[in-house]
Amino acid sequence: MAISETKPSIEELKEISRNTRKLILESLAEAKSGHPGGSLSAVELVVALYYSVMNHDPKNPSWPDRDRFILSKGHAAPLLYAVLAQLGYFPIEQLKTLRKINSMLQGHPDSRKTPGVEMCAGSEGIGLSVGVGEALAAKIDRKNYRVYVMMGDGEMQEGQIWEAAMCASKYRLDNLTGIVDRNGIQQDGLTEQIMPIEPLSSKWKAFNWNVIEVDGYDFEQILSAFARSKESRNRPTVIIAHTTKGKGVEFMEWSPEYHGKVPDKKTVETIIKDLE
Amino acid sequence: MAKPTLLSMRDAYGEALARLGEENEKIVVVGADTTASIKTSIFGAKFPERFFNVGIAEQNLVSVAAGLALAGKVAFASTYAVFAPGKCVDQIRNAIAYPNLDVKIVASHAGLSVGPDGASHQELEDIATMRVIPNMRVVVPADAPSTSKLTEIIANHQGTFYMRIARPNCPTIYDEGLAESIRLGRSVELSEGEDATIFACGLLVYEALRASQLLKSEHNLSVGVVDMSSIKPLDSDMVLKRAQKTGYIVTAEEHNILGGLGGAISEVLSEKRPTPIFRVGTQDTFGESGEHQELMEKYGLTARNIANAVLNVRTSHPA
Repeated sequence: MAISETKPSIEELKEISRNTRKLILESLAEAKSGHPGGSLSAVELVVALYYSVMNHDPKNPSWPDRDRFILSKGHAAPLLYAVLAQLGYFPIEQLKTLRKINSMLQGHPDSRKTPGVEMCAGSEGIGLSVGVGEALAAKIDRKNYRVYVMMGDGEMQEGQIWEAAMCASKYRLDNLTGIVDRNGIQQDGLTEQIMPIEPLSSKWKAFNWNVIEVDGYDFEQILSAFARSKESRNRPTVIIAHTTKGKGVEFMEWSPEYHGKVPDKKTVETIIKDLE
Repeated sequence: MAKPTLLSMRDAYGEALARLGEENEKIVVVGADTTASIKTSIFGAKFPERFFNVGIAEQNLVSVAAGLALAGKVAFASTYAVFAPGKCVDQIRNAIAYPNLDVKIVASHAGLSVGPDGASHQELEDIATMRVIPNMRVVVPADAPSTSKLTEIIANHQGTFYMRIARPNCPTIYDEGLAESIRLGRSVELSEGEDATIFACGLLVYEALRASQLLKSEHNLSVGVVDMSSIKPLDSDMVLKRAQKTGYIVTAEEHNILGGLGGAISEVLSEKRPTPIFRVGTQDTFGESGEHQELMEKYGLTARNIANAVLNVRTSHPA
């Protein structure tokens, strides 16, 4: 989807987000396992990237000039799959095969199996370094594509994130944008209780990144942040998006329990009715 | 044996990279504060725009290489073996081997021969940890010319590789012509023999050749020596052929006897042709500080140890 083509309105982005939540929940209910909380929290961010921000072409997933998206928080795979399916990277019916034997949709992203998935992920902390590598390659090749890496907030506890943060500043990778899904919750509980990551914004600033904080559900803020990240010169950008784990499903919101637990099909049917 | 010329595998690697970088502009090199020591700095001086030093950050080192490969580069990531693969097996597994990216991890200072630095720096497990990862291929050159040739082979072969080299200058076994016979998945028969076969890799190939001479002069035994520089894929045809021809097998490596070359050959033999075998290597132990030669003697990795292994395997399984 070349960015010059039709860009959806904010109302349309909201509608796509609603549908994305529905597809995430349906596919997880069918799979009977997976990670709803961190998939639902980042919906608007990923929808904004794929529908408004990135240059990409669902008919040609390996287009050399495409912008790259790396889902470093690989457990949010159902979100990535729901967006890719709606865009036509693969048939939407495939979502029903999530996590099942012989499926193209693995529990965590597998670039060898799924059209549109840029990189394998699942072990936290690696994706930003991979993004640094792709951004360096773009500089060598004098290409204009940008690299986007979505990280979890719990993932900030991985030391490798900060190795990559240092490296991206050293090489002035202004073609790299990190996004932190700051939903406040990790598997065992609140990030600030398990292993505090605050003051997060100061940490990234100390590593000489261009830091932008947004409300992760306000499309105007999100789109403006991505636009500003493109204008950054000589510095990589991180967008810290304040979000809610389990966003959109009342009993999942702010619940560590739903980091890695899936409600049954009946419950999901009720939730989806509420969403509509 | 005439006194051999001593040459550096690291020089051979660095010079080969710089030469290959000229032919293939997709080649990029990533280092981690050991670039002068491991000689990737030669490439860096020639192609600064394709050379990245990420500092003391090995997990980032191999993952940045993954990203470069993902974007179409042939990425070499190099540091000391104890750090990569030692410190980043997860990243190598999940970000390189799983997507089968064109990343070549080349590690120096492997084994005991790193010397006085001691056990913390003596990587004796890397062949095992790399060999068991799907998509990963493992090569271990025996000297400088074979290092040069294997660098060229892994650069030109799409996919994920681990190449292990040693720190000391080492005796030269290959001339340029013989080095041309090195192939991925193939071994090189360096000496014929009817009474036993020694399969060796790395610095122990030279020791194996000396062991073969000791056995000839002292016991009139004719013992073949095969360089198994390609540990994965393994030349199992050669293993079976020599097992059939000579019966007794000895393996020799500067590595734990568990999981390395000895492990790989035992797997083939036990399934396809059970054959008496002795493994020369470190006996599931850490090393310690000492000079290269002192350590090789203390931990049983010399020509004499290999020769004794041949004698032992023959006497404990009489024909």
